Amino acid sequence: MSNETPSLEDLKEELIAAYPKKVAKKRAVQIVTNDITEDGSVPEIKANTRTAPGIITQRGCCYAGCKGVVLGPTRDIVNLVHGPIGCSFYAWLTRRNQTLPPTPESENFINYMFSTDMQDNEIIFGGEKKLAEAIREVYENFHPRAIGVFSTCPVGLIGDDVHTVSRQMSEELGINIFGFSCEGYKGVSQSAGHHIANNQLFKHVIGRGTEAPEGKFRVNLLGEYNIGGDAFVLEDIFERCGITLCSTFSGNSSIDQFERSHLADLNLVMCHRSINYIAEMIELKYGTPWFKVNFIGPDGSAKALRKIAEYFDDDELRANVERVIAEEMIAVTEARKRFTPRLQGKKAMLFVGGSRAHHYQDLFTQVGMETISAGYEFAHRDDYEGRDVLHSIKVDADSRNIEELTITADPEEYRPEYTDLKKAREEAGMEFSDYKGMMPEMKKGSLIIDDISEHETEILLNKVKPDIFCAGIKEKYGVQKFGIPCKQLHSYDYGGPYAGFSGAVNFFEDIDRMVNASVWKHLKAPWAKGA
Amino acid sequence: MTLLRHTSTDIKPRKALTVNAAKTCQPVGAMYAALGIHRCLPHSHGSQGCCSYHRSALTRHYKEPVMAATSSFTEGASVFGGQANLLKSIETIFDVYAPDIIAVHTTCLSETIGDDIPQIVSKATDKGFVPEGKLVIHCNTPSYIGSHVTGFSNMVMGMVKYLSQTTENTPGTFNVIPGWVEPSDMRELKRLMSVMDLKTILFPDTSDVMDTPLNGDREFYPEGGTTLEELKATGDSSATFALGSFASKAAADALTKKCNVPAEILDLPIGLRATDRFIDAVRTTAGIEVPNSLTRERGRLVDLMSDMHQYFHGKRVALVGDPDQLIALSEFCADLDMRPVYIVSGTPGKAFETKVLERLEERIPEVKIANGSNADMYLLHQWIKQEAVDLIIGNTYCKYISRDENIPMIRHGFPILDRVGHSLFPTVGYMGGMRLCEKILEAFLSKLDRESPDEKVELVM
Repeated sequence: MSNETPSLEDLKEELIAAYPKKVAKKRAVQIVTNDITEDGSVPEIKANTRTAPGIITQRGCCYAGCKGVVLGPTRDIVNLVHGPIGCSFYAWLTRRNQTLPPTPESENFINYMFSTDMQDNEIIFGGEKKLAEAIREVYENFHPRAIGVFSTCPVGLIGDDVHTVSRQMSEELGINIFGFSCEGYKGVSQSAGHHIANNQLFKHVIGRGTEAPEGKFRVNLLGEYNIGGDAFVLEDIFERCGITLCSTFSGNSSIDQFERSHLADLNLVMCHRSINYIAEMIELKYGTPWFKVNFIGPDGSAKALRKIAEYFDDDELRANVERVIAEEMIAVTEARKRFTPRLQGKKAMLFVGGSRAHHYQDLFTQVGMETISAGYEFAHRDDYEGRDVLHSIKVDADSRNIEELTITADPEEYRPEYTDLKKAREEAGMEFSDYKGMMPEMKKGSLIIDDISEHETEILLNKVKPDIFCAGIKEKYGVQKFGIPCKQLHSYDYGGPYAGFSGAVNFFEDIDRMVNASVWKHLKAPWAKGA
Repeated sequence: MTLLRHTSTDIKPRKALTVNAAKTCQPVGAMYAALGIHRCLPHSHGSQGCCSYHRSALTRHYKEPVMAATSSFTEGASVFGGQANLLKSIETIFDVYAPDIIAVHTTCLSETIGDDIPQIVSKATDKGFVPEGKLVIHCNTPSYIGSHVTGFSNMVMGMVKYLSQTTENTPGTFNVIPGWVEPSDMRELKRLMSVMDLKTILFPDTSDVMDTPLNGDREFYPEGGTTLEELKATGDSSATFALGSFASKAAADALTKKCNVPAEILDLPIGLRATDRFIDAVRTTAGIEVPNSLTRERGRLVDLMSDMHQYFHGKRVALVGDPDQLIALSEFCADLDMRPVYIVSGTPGKAFETKVLERLEERIPEVKIANGSNADMYLLHQWIKQEAVDLIIGNTYCKYISRDENIPMIRHGFPILDRVGHSLFPTVGYMGGMRLCEKILEAFLSKLDRESPDEKVELVM
């Protein structure tokens, strides 16, 4: 299915031609050609703004980002959803977060859904009583050590105070109970929910632990959600390198990991969009530095491991890291040899998430494929253009309502030695609090589309005919009706893991399987015209 | 097994907490129903997440594109009302996606605010956002009342309220309201009606919408769905057969009221006797003879029931899902001489228990029935822990109970997220009955084959 790529620049006009004038104007600044200048700067893209109603967006809501994405993967916090039944039902096991409790008896609520199943009576008279009772019933039935309470749309409107109820019930039951004001209408996408989740975890969980796990090199992995077992792969790599995982936010995690996360020596940020807030807040309060990593793809994984070794400046760690990379690369090199001839020159498009549309491009490059167009579902400008633009992002009304915590250094627990360490490393050229964004790493002339609509998706598929399109479940089957395979990068199409080195091999296999599937040759009946 | 390791045998009464729900919320049902109108774009008036979740749930179940738009409420819309958003939606949708009809359903958010949809739609019409000959219909689907089944029912009722008309014509057609069943079931119901040589308007009809071919040509609006002309003509039909009182009665009653079309409210025709009643009702209402081919089809089901009786007899069954399905399934299980002992539906409605008991005809004195608030899969699992069953029939979530307790399960109902077939092969009618028997038998016998000691493994069964 190789094809001539028409000028992507010309496509832009076509993408917005059918829209009402105002919508077209709005979309015009969310669709840019990646005109990288010689000094490496990229054009500005509008992102994290309201979706035009009716446009058929990929986006979900604030609640989905908070409960679904950030807290969903935790196994020992009971996630109680305060609202009508649907919100909890749809977030029940649908994101494929795997978890492995240490023993068969350990707490694991991940397979359960909890809801107050709000009825019209509560909409009229208030639902706080029912929420309090539901919390009691959670405790009677399950005895968890912590309960998170999640607000859905009507809760904000009728004025139920989930935070007060949580505090009161926490006093009554003697366990940690905390609320999230993550009503679906807040912000413009899942992104607001990530921020709210970060804030509440920081306020109510992080810092409560007193002991870090033993180990010379203790790190937190932020923004890794263990879809399809990604975290298991990374845990194994870390262990073999001698790196101690203090906590993961939040794939295969437990609350005691979160509680002690401020005691780690370094924060690694995977999904910048969903979790950078916690990295920033931990640094401000406790002094722990952070840098961005990408454990999707062998190059990114090797680079991250080497950077960790440099950060700790330890020869044994360096040696371990090099040994593990060498061991892992045997299978990767073999797989690249096997799959590159089958995939070379194929074209990919990625429209998904707030990091994934960037992270996965490296994997395609590994086997000779090119990403010709990409965009995020709910990212901000810094995820496209890099964190250098942070100061120039205008905060609009929708973002202003999302709380920004004011964090200061903890008088007792701030660790200035980490600030000194960071400084020393920076002087040696190491970058911290860094994310360069997607666009600088993409080819000049590729088409970047933020919050792509169904309409625009169809034009791309019709006109450009990529060899593979990456998106989510809502897009999947529509794309495939065109005869073009669609890889889900939220759920991995129930495959994976794709992280680290062995994950890359899985990914190559899956992409080869999809792009070269026999079925695409049989779409037309033998008697059909032009078959 | 330890998937649901915290589920205890000890049942503590719950008033406020639902764990592992056996229902979801209204709007997803309204969306599914609206997909059964030809060239219709369903529209969710609320936060983006509702639309996203409903599309995802339906897509995972049907493995088909589910196109629907949303009003994308922000905090501002939640304070000032969603009128501006819906107006923009209607304008954009007709410009870009050019449907014949937009079917708006509400959400808990827009219901709590109190948005008046007909008023907003009339404003959209005044502003010229609704092109000539195109339509916007709506139904109210507050998520805090009823369940997804209620939402389905409300949207079907909305079709009648907005579209059904009485004219001078007497086309001699019969309406069939199929309830929330698979596209394969809708296809099968149409086949049964055509075997009886009757002109039928089935609405809604998701066959050829939620089971479309892959041929390289994407149809944004697929071939299927009840057309607007057909929906209008439902008012001129001779009678309506409403299948399942929870999903279909409201629309049938509305049609009787509006257009004076008499209605037969029947069970979903799942299993032998419910199908018998459906066919017989059609026979008497339409005044026709049942073709021999259909009677022979029935006979094949009865033959299978007799052939396989030894494997079904006395088996204890747990049923969980939607009320119309469970009413019919409990009768069918009892007719197979199985013992449907636990029957759970999250959908509220007093008629449920009465109806199930009626269908069981005092054959299962030990039956436990729960529905409505706090009737959930957690309770069902606790019952199973107290006294086990031999088979679970329900949606994909039953997998966790099934695996923990080593009890075979049959996937039936919504949602099925981990298998295919449900959207392609019916379980309604006699053919559907045979398929159910085949599936149940396979579940029992594959367990027996797997777990029998070597000396007891049989070749011939």
